[in-house]
Amino acid sequence: MSWINARRRRPVAGYAALVLGLVVVGLLYGAFTRSSGSAQASSPPASQSDINTGKDLFDATCSSCHGLDAQGTSQGPSLIGAGAAAVNFQVSTGRMPAKEVGAENERKPPVFNAQQIAELGDYVASLGGGPTVPDAQQVATSGANTALGEQLFSANCAQCHGFAGAGGALTYGKDAPPLTEASPTQIYEAMLTGPEAMPVFGDGSINPSAKRDIIAYIVATRKEPNPGGFSLGRTGPVTEGLVVFLGGMGFLVIIAMWITYKRRDPRPQGTE
Amino acid sequence: MSDIEETDGSEGAEVASGPVAPHRVIGTPPPAPRLLGGGTEPAAAGSESAVSSESAGGVAVADHDEELRQPTEAEIQRGNRAEKVVVACFVIAFLAGCGFIAAYIGLPVGLDRLGPGGSTLDAALRSNLALGTSLSVALLALGLGALLWVRLLMPEVEIVEERHELQSAPADRAAFAETFKQGAGYSQFVKRPLVRRSLILGTLPLVAAPLVLLRDMGPLPGTSLRHTVWSPGRRLLVYGTNTPITPADFSAPGSMITIVPEGYEDDPDALVKAGVILIKFRPGELDIPVRTQGSTLVGTMNWTVDNIVAYSKICTHIGCPVALYEQTTHHILCPCHQSTFDASTGATVIFGPAARPLPQLPMTVNTDGYLVAKSDFTQPVGPSFWERG
Repeated sequence: MSWINARRRRPVAGYAALVLGLVVVGLLYGAFTRSSGSAQASSPPASQSDINTGKDLFDATCSSCHGLDAQGTSQGPSLIGAGAAAVNFQVSTGRMPAKEVGAENERKPPVFNAQQIAELGDYVASLGGGPTVPDAQQVATSGANTALGEQLFSANCAQCHGFAGAGGALTYGKDAPPLTEASPTQIYEAMLTGPEAMPVFGDGSINPSAKRDIIAYIVATRKEPNPGGFSLGRTGPVTEGLVVFLGGMGFLVIIAMWITYKRRDPRPQGTE
Repeated sequence: MSDIEETDGSEGAEVASGPVAPHRVIGTPPPAPRLLGGGTEPAAAGSESAVSSESAGGVAVADHDEELRQPTEAEIQRGNRAEKVVVACFVIAFLAGCGFIAAYIGLPVGLDRLGPGGSTLDAALRSNLALGTSLSVALLALGLGALLWVRLLMPEVEIVEERHELQSAPADRAAFAETFKQGAGYSQFVKRPLVRRSLILGTLPLVAAPLVLLRDMGPLPGTSLRHTVWSPGRRLLVYGTNTPITPADFSAPGSMITIVPEGYEDDPDALVKAGVILIKFRPGELDIPVRTQGSTLVGTMNWTVDNIVAYSKICTHIGCPVALYEQTTHHILCPCHQSTFDASTGATVIFGPAARPLPQLPMTVNTDGYLVAKSDFTQPVGPSFWERG
């Protein structure tokens, strides 16, 4: 402590404290942002052997929470009727197998390859049907009506995922993930099955053509340039204000300190 | 002089060689407060008096001596180097300022100036970047140059500027009062009340005029705040695709969709009040108690169809659109101020600043099987207003 006491009154100490504060804030920000990998899946035709392979995979990795016959346990919901689309979404985004039991799972690199995911999906679909994985035609973005997609996205999706699909906060610490890495297939499946807290947007309310328009809009926003310069994750005025406050104000404080900082005259006083 | 580091060992040499140099911690005011009173009071107090053994006037004398001192050869050399830096800053500011003008003229924005095929967004990006960079460089270089000028070239002495009293001299004040009285007498303002009163009368209409102008701020809202365009039998359309919806279309539990009234799909004035969210529950999850407000029924299970319920999309706090629905917890969250409503119990407020539940739209099915409104909302939608009670 004496080391600090001897130096805390020095002119440099003010700058050091400021820099330290900025570094701490930056590290905290870094800790709260997340990074994740991407995933892709296809849907080959189902056969009995696929279903059997899928059941083996299921028994080995999923049954501890979802039950041996996917009937659900206290740890995980029943998957009967969940459908191949839900399996493909959850496993291809790496959310399943889950790291721990909870209301939310983070996107992470998938554990299984596309073939294994399809087999798992075939097995779960064989238990009680459910939504199927969309084919390439259903998620093709070329020729889609992005204007209608924007309208639907603003009314039904932007509340949680943000206007640019950058994600946002939900209640009690949960959050809606950013849509920047989701593939068109995964977006389609998420609308169809409503994973986690997300509501279902079935074909009756948002028909397949409208779903394609929404996907086209989401994909199109990713390519938009940022006329304002740095986008800061496109999460809106909060991050921008934070950066201006910490970066801009910090810079101004340093400058103000420098302006008033009085250089110590090296010459002894009164010896002319 | 407030020398806080008096006992700092590293300054032993200076302490030994003579009086301690005035050292100030950054951010503290200068130690020469004798702006008023002509230096009759010593500025130093308590423990500092040991250091400043001279009278308070001594500081000014010392500063004055320092001001007169001829700069040393090394200081002149340093000043010449600093001069180049300052000049360089101002030249940079000049070039950047020229760049700003050039960027403004040379980088057009807007379709009319870009010609066919031009991207307004790309043009705006280029223009913003060039204008912002050049202007900030110019301003920063100007400021930096001025700062370096002050810090490196100007003498580093503290100069005390005496301030005269704000009050005028007694003679001036007396003369003013005399002139004022004389003027009042000449004008006969007091002597001739008819003139005075007619002047006041003449200004009255202009004083009252702003109150009259207020009436053009529009008609009073009347009862429009209490009603929306929903009416018995009006079909519920999916916003965007504008398609009517049946309970069978909306059969997946956990579904949510934004709804607009048929006939007003593209009427923003109507939609700001009539927007509705439709939510489908699993059997047994939805349990809306019969709620009344005075004699008005404002919520009941009878207004739902097949576990489908319709709530106003307008937050009862300050009217943000609430569509952030979590199918696992049945929370509806308003993203503006985190008001949270429980959709399964009639959108009652469970958190946040909203004062009332989201109004429930009475709903039924028509003969064609489509979801229709049973009536308008039975209570006003959106934020509170004065007469609502």
